[in-house]
Amino acid sequence: MIPAKFDYVKPSSVEDAVRALADGGDDAKILAGGQSLLPVLRLRLAAPSVVIDLGGIPELRRIREDGDRIAIGAMAPHHDVLRDELVTQHVELLSKATATVADPQVRHRGTLGGALAHADPAGDLGAVALALDAEFVIAGASGTRTVSAAEFFQDYFTTAIGEGEILTEVRFPKYTGWRTHYEKFNRTAQAWSMVAVAVALKVDGGSIAEARVGLTNMGTTPIRASGVEAALVGQQATADAAQAAAEHATEGTAAPSDADAAADYREHLARVLTGRAVLAAAG
Amino acid sequence: MAEVRVTVDGVNYADEVEPRTLLVQYLRERLGKTGTVVGCDTSNCGACTVHLNGQSVKSCSVLAVQADGGEVLTIEGLARDGELHPVQKAFNECHGLQCGYCTPGMIMAAVDLLGDNPDPDEHEVREGIEGNLCRCTGYQNIVRSVQRAAQLMKPGASAPTEQPAPVAGD
Amino acid sequence: MTTTENRPEIGQSRVRKEDARLITGRTRYTDSITPTGCLHIAVVRSPLSHATILSIDTEAAKQAPGVHGVYTLADLGGEEIGMPCAWPITPDQKAPQRPMLAKDTVHFAGEGVAVVVARTLAEARDAAELVEIDYDPLDPVLDMEAALAEGATLVHPDLGTNESATWVFDSGEAGTGGSVTEAIAAAEADPDQVVVKRRFRQQRLIPAFMEPRSCVVDPTGEQIVVWSATQVPHILRTMTTVTLGVPESKLRVIAPDVGGGFGGKIGVLPEEMLTVVLAQKLRKPVKWTETRSECMLTAHHGRDQIQDITITARKDGTITGLDVKLLADMGAYLGLVGPGVPVLGAFMFNAIYKVPAYRFATTNVFTTKTLTDAYRGAGRPEATFGIERIIDELAVELGREPLELREQNWIKHEEFPYTTVCGLTYDSGDYEQATARAKELFDYDALRREQAERRERGDKVQLGIGISTFTEMCGLAPSRVLGSLAYGAGGWEAASIRMLATGKVEVITGASAHGQGHETAFSQIVADKLGVPFEDVEVLHGDTASSPKGLDTYGSRSLVVGGIAITMAADKVIDKAKKIAAHLLEADEGDIEFSGGQFTVRGTGQGKAIQEIAFAAFMAHDYPEGMEPNLDSDAVYDPENFSFPHGTHLAAMEVDTETGRVNLRHYVCVDDIGNVVNPLIAEGQVHGGLAQGIAQALFEEANYDDQGTLVNGTFVDYTLPSAADLPSFTTEIVSTPATSNPLGVKGVGEAGTIASTPAIVNGVLDAVRHLGVADIEMPTTSQRVWRALQEAKGRSTQETPIDTHSPGAGLGSIDPNNPQGEV
Repeated sequence: MIPAKFDYVKPSSVEDAVRALADGGDDAKILAGGQSLLPVLRLRLAAPSVVIDLGGIPELRRIREDGDRIAIGAMAPHHDVLRDELVTQHVELLSKATATVADPQVRHRGTLGGALAHADPAGDLGAVALALDAEFVIAGASGTRTVSAAEFFQDYFTTAIGEGEILTEVRFPKYTGWRTHYEKFNRTAQAWSMVAVAVALKVDGGSIAEARVGLTNMGTTPIRASGVEAALVGQQATADAAQAAAEHATEGTAAPSDADAAADYREHLARVLTGRAVLAAAG
Repeated sequence: MAEVRVTVDGVNYADEVEPRTLLVQYLRERLGKTGTVVGCDTSNCGACTVHLNGQSVKSCSVLAVQADGGEVLTIEGLARDGELHPVQKAFNECHGLQCGYCTPGMIMAAVDLLGDNPDPDEHEVREGIEGNLCRCTGYQNIVRSVQRAAQLMKPGASAPTEQPAPVAGD
Repeated sequence: MTTTENRPEIGQSRVRKEDARLITGRTRYTDSITPTGCLHIAVVRSPLSHATILSIDTEAAKQAPGVHGVYTLADLGGEEIGMPCAWPITPDQKAPQRPMLAKDTVHFAGEGVAVVVARTLAEARDAAELVEIDYDPLDPVLDMEAALAEGATLVHPDLGTNESATWVFDSGEAGTGGSVTEAIAAAEADPDQVVVKRRFRQQRLIPAFMEPRSCVVDPTGEQIVVWSATQVPHILRTMTTVTLGVPESKLRVIAPDVGGGFGGKIGVLPEEMLTVVLAQKLRKPVKWTETRSECMLTAHHGRDQIQDITITARKDGTITGLDVKLLADMGAYLGLVGPGVPVLGAFMFNAIYKVPAYRFATTNVFTTKTLTDAYRGAGRPEATFGIERIIDELAVELGREPLELREQNWIKHEEFPYTTVCGLTYDSGDYEQATARAKELFDYDALRREQAERRERGDKVQLGIGISTFTEMCGLAPSRVLGSLAYGAGGWEAASIRMLATGKVEVITGASAHGQGHETAFSQIVADKLGVPFEDVEVLHGDTASSPKGLDTYGSRSLVVGGIAITMAADKVIDKAKKIAAHLLEADEGDIEFSGGQFTVRGTGQGKAIQEIAFAAFMAHDYPEGMEPNLDSDAVYDPENFSFPHGTHLAAMEVDTETGRVNLRHYVCVDDIGNVVNPLIAEGQVHGGLAQGIAQALFEEANYDDQGTLVNGTFVDYTLPSAADLPSFTTEIVSTPATSNPLGVKGVGEAGTIASTPAIVNGVLDAVRHLGVADIEMPTTSQRVWRALQEAKGRSTQETPIDTHSPGAGLGSIDPNNPQGEV
């Protein structure tokens, strides 16, 4: 199937992009990697009048060290994130989750920023960004602003990115030396996560000093499993401790029900997979 | 209309296209590169896989205008001077195809995979081609083909081929 | 010149000839064919499953750029045209007319209502969105039992019922066995017998061949040329004549490279007929190519049966009776052979077992869903599933080892040929041999020990062993048998061999390949028969101009019917050549021997190669009186019997009892497919068949919501397995040659699919049966397994909505049927 007609703009700076977005009005759509947008356009589930391609702004692809953070341009493809040594070293959880996103071809085109801005609750990277307290840099007509991950994800396909604004960068604090695991559960390899659990642990002398846990597809946004985190801190990384902490996994969730998994099954999976993810992370 | 300048299988093209034109549509309908086929509308099947600037992409999920200034390699440009690419040879030797519809995409994905990982184990091959669906082979001989190609591509490899298919028409 | 080969071609793992074009992109799939001036079609389809069409407004669409026309059925004058159904299984079968476009009522979601013809496909699709249709919704008809109940909404009110036909086979009445009614009554009254009743569900599947369907019609020459992505170019040609009245001689149908079919491309499509009609009307080439979403929604589906099975046995394990009652969902209309699909299963429920009394009844039911028709195995996978599942249930009931119970009841190798309770004669087989080898490859006893240990320890991951000892009838088919079943065609196949002047050989077959490797396998047969090099044989197929006669490819028939026709044609070539050779060698024909491509005079060194004879026939300077200067020969082969491949399939299934996830750890199959022409190709057929059968057990199901909307109609959510979802299989072939054909071959194309589904499900159940689980419907998803485990523990769980979109690759949480939120 072929998309409906649209105009196409390819700005070469963020400022131009913001201007194009303002010019495009309600009907403008940002094209990042296009791996979610193009299928949607092809099925004619959306028919924007203008598509603004961010592919002409090289600075948005950059991955850099920014003091105690790793700053990843919104247009950095998943493949680049996977290959980046800074990411591997300091934000290993992002690396592990990114490796499970879709397939190699999609990872060549799809971008970190695009995936996060799309805010599909079944997407794998939101839970990571949330668990790791990432910051989102958003550019608009009046300059840039920064929002926390907790503020960024607002609802099903809805983020803090306002009308006329563009996500330009995502900054992750360094989690150097943390032990991480992304436990993904899906029906087939191509399918999105039915439920997934992102875990990062700071382990000190066998006991868990700090914990970050995020859940994929357990609500209309990624969910931070704060109860699990609190229960883990100070514990030895044992199966019993993981299991006990995992009992908190469904706190604050609103699991969706669909043909693959009704809510009760998702909740059960969230508990089981959290326990497994914690143990796998602790190694 | 938007302008697209692109090199496809070594030939330079400059065309005006509707912005909504998919890369695969451009390849097939404008350039006659029908070796690359379309199998779905949701980017799942991978039949349309080509290389864009050296990386495998699903050409149904890239706009032609996004390829502007780029270099595209399709299945039709893979054999050089009448000599099949080792991955093509291996698919033939190992019976890695039946109806052949997924094959162009499967081969292009496999070439990319072997570029990243010259000696993949079975698990890595299966993960590496998970973006390409095949309904005929059960994948087993595709996996064999990719591993066989890895052997053929090893530096200094002179692994004898069984019965290489002639590239008739080349 | 000599062409003698040291080793025969048959039996060699030749790599395929056809690959050269397929691996280089030098292919001609139908959608790649675009004659100059070609116009493109977009079909406007109903989003509703059942509705009255109140109005169709095509005005805006007609004004759109590039549009040549927008048509309803009335605009085309097509009200009297109906798609053919070739299989009236009973004399009073109810068969609604299936129009090219809906007349005044739509009967399934996806049915065409109008058609747009435009310069480009993009323009056609743009304009299609401008066609305005008002519908008055009617109640959908979705559940087969409800559809048969008194007062049910009727899919076709003029038929007065939702029952299309009921077809019955009773061995007592047929005189091929006892009465199962008596057998069941006797078993119920006998404390030394058991009666096991089960209901199984064969879920609805989507064939999902990789190449979407496509049709190009060029009316600009004397003949109308039709290219179609079809398995059945010959049938399509004849049926186009039957349907539209175009003289058959004015039609040339070409199936170019075809990207898979699996039965899914066996139909005669409304869209094909529309394309012909529009090309004739507009006098321009016209192309129709569907999107994947259209394909999932409108190409015929497969399976979809409810099976009520009763088996009776003595407590020593001897089966005494088998009763099968099916409900088979036809969907909204009857497909080309759809009604006969369950009937093809009728003869296979008894499978490899000695069943003394048997009854089979299928009731075919209309619903407001996509129609069903042949899908890989067509009736036989359903039957094999039913029998192999109930044998396991019987084993549980009797406390018997399931493989031993099977062996106790199966036909022993010394009992062949064996006439079954259905009256079929199995010509050859050796179930003991295949089973012994499969057990060895599988390390059956060790896995049973591991299973016991895991149970003992209460491991989170439990192990199950799934068994399927299957046979099937394939190689469709003896024409007389098909005639007795009221099938609308014969089952023969045609072949021709042309000896070219320069020594090359053209083989023309009526079988139409779409991935099977005919060009290679048939070349091997002819190379051996005529003693010519493999490379010198060219196989022509799939074009009614070059291959005018044939019945195409389905039902694992290409080799066992088409291949035999080729060997018969080759024999005729040799007979003719022998006469010319005798003449040229000045010898008596009776003294001429033929071997390895050489005609020699017995007892002398004198001889001529077959190529020399071909050249002599071409020159025609010197040939026998009373003979035509020609070696070319035709043959039509009509088999006397089906072929009956069989095998033993074993699956090691791991079930994670915490999450319900099922993992296929190891799969072994040993198939007896008679003599093998090309082991490489045969193995490939087995692999692919296994993948499809396993996918039915684990992954695939077409789900409809309560409004009759297909909710998983894309590759996003109709979860086909990728390479990462399947293991490598251990496959082996053993051979007891078929005695029913001169090559000793049996079909192989459907075997893997037929055998594997019950092996997987039996294995899953075997892993969790000790935890109290008695059944899990297919596909055995993690959720279903988990729920079954919860129920076994007495815990109630939530209803699972099947009508909600599930996340999947590409679209994530976006429901294509019901997009919401910011996409």
